[in-house]
Amino acid sequence: MNKDLFKPVITLTCIAVIMAFILGFVHRLTAEPIALAKNQQELDAIKLVTGEFDNDPFAEKMTITTPNKKQKFIMYPARVNGKLSAVAVKSYTNTGFGGRIDVMTGFNVDGSINIFKIISSNETPGLGSKTDEHRFKKQLKDFHPAKQILKVKQDGGDVDAVTAATISSRAVLRAIERAYSALQNFNTRDSNE
Amino acid sequence: MTYLMIFITGIFVNNIILSQFLGICPFLGVSKKISTAFGMGMAVTFVMTLATIVTYLLYYTFLRPYGLEFMTTVAFILVIASLVQMVEIILKKSSPALYRALGIFLPLITTNCAVLGIAILTIQKNFTLIAGICYCLAAALGFTLAIIVFAGIRERLEHTDIPPLMRGTPIVLITAALLSMAFMGFAGISY
Amino acid sequence: MSNTSLNNLTRGIVKENPVLVMLLGMCPTLGVTTSAINGLGMGLATMFVLMMSNIAISCVKKVIPNIVRIPSFIVIIASFVTVLEMLMQAYTPGLYAALGIYIPLIVVNCIILGRAEAFASKNTVFQSLLDAIGMGIGFTLALVLLGGIRELLGNGSIFGFSFVSENATPLLIFIMPPGAFLALGGIIAVVNKLRGVN
Repeated sequence: MNKDLFKPVITLTCIAVIMAFILGFVHRLTAEPIALAKNQQELDAIKLVTGEFDNDPFAEKMTITTPNKKQKFIMYPARVNGKLSAVAVKSYTNTGFGGRIDVMTGFNVDGSINIFKIISSNETPGLGSKTDEHRFKKQLKDFHPAKQILKVKQDGGDVDAVTAATISSRAVLRAIERAYSALQNFNTRDSNE
Repeated sequence: MTYLMIFITGIFVNNIILSQFLGICPFLGVSKKISTAFGMGMAVTFVMTLATIVTYLLYYTFLRPYGLEFMTTVAFILVIASLVQMVEIILKKSSPALYRALGIFLPLITTNCAVLGIAILTIQKNFTLIAGICYCLAAALGFTLAIIVFAGIRERLEHTDIPPLMRGTPIVLITAALLSMAFMGFAGISY
Repeated sequence: MSNTSLNNLTRGIVKENPVLVMLLGMCPTLGVTTSAINGLGMGLATMFVLMMSNIAISCVKKVIPNIVRIPSFIVIIASFVTVLEMLMQAYTPGLYAALGIYIPLIVVNCIILGRAEAFASKNTVFQSLLDAIGMGIGFTLALVLLGGIRELLGNGSIFGFSFVSENATPLLIFIMPPGAFLALGGIIAVVNKLRGVN
């Protein structure tokens, strides 16, 4: 009995050890590219929403909070020749059709929206996912949340929702609104000090 | 409240089979009769809840503290496979009645992607242990509900005159499509 | 190339197509095929694991005792899936995000364990590799076909190239979950007709 059991156990252990070595090796090999790829994705999004910059937004990133202090978002300042040209705010909402939506929004210096980019979402492809397409996004180009109402038309706002995807449109606007209010909160506190 | 919403969303809105496409193999394979469908549903519920708890604890007490997140897939599938074996042995010894009812389904569950899928999703969604249990229980009940309803329809289909072209798998898939459309009616309830 | 080799290579593509004929690997088939490109990505990812696991298993088949055969196969397959996960995270992060949970779930794809058990554990390394390539191509073709049909009907495009104007309303149902079942049911009906079943 003992002898019968010996060989299978040894074989299985050997296989597991060999595979573990292979995994560890590949892990060491890919750890750096994975971290780079993640940063690159974020950097691409920042570049897209703020336009050109010559500083390193990662080095200057700051945490900002919404007025009720419930949500913490990350803000990346973009500068040209040392002068602030725009800021990117990464915010999220859990009210999407498929749950959480992460959005990167670029704000101009005067507080208006430059453009936004959805970083990750589980919205229905072809419906909710259209909130990341030009037709919906162009409405928010140079949109000023203080002068216009950042809500879909159904809710009395100034933005046309994507056809058949009101919930997703509403959620994306909510994420942007939260980014805006967090930014306002940060600015007012800043000038008071 | 959150737990209730996780529960309802898990059963109806994000039904594991009809909108997430996990566990399709048993859904199509073991749904000819309501009684077997029920047995399969119960076996999956049992194993999935157990597996989610064990893998959750494994992940947070071992894999994450030691920076071994990349081993998640390997560790989880091994845990699930040995768990199924253990459940089978224990049931056989301690509860022959339950074993007779669920036994034949247990080996099928190791390769049921729903169990591994839910274990991984519980980790990915950053649930607490209780929310995770709620989530996997809801998923399992959603599975049971879908497979029983589907078996009910298939029992009727047996006696229906189906066009020759659609007989067999095609009509089964089309029926699943209709059922999936019905479940889309729940969409929009979200937490 | 001898007749058997050719047969092993081509069998998986049409005659024993894993999805359309054998009805294996249904979850990823239905889950990721909202577009042709996702279908292609998933097909190639599965093919990679299938090739690696078939090679490894046919190499070690003689030393594995029967009693631990299945656990050994699972360890080998799961490891290659993890390797794939890490490579995709590093070099194709977009595709990795799009395929989501279905990448780790390649472990429990019945095609892979099925081929390991039915073919690689009984045949030489070279023949197992041919079998894996054939099955992988068959799986990929089926996914691209299903993804293409769903994308065309549901979004009016193929591989991202749009055919319809921005204002047109495509048959959205096809990229939603019911459309997956509907389109696959249709394809299998046609395949059955061509094969002369029924």
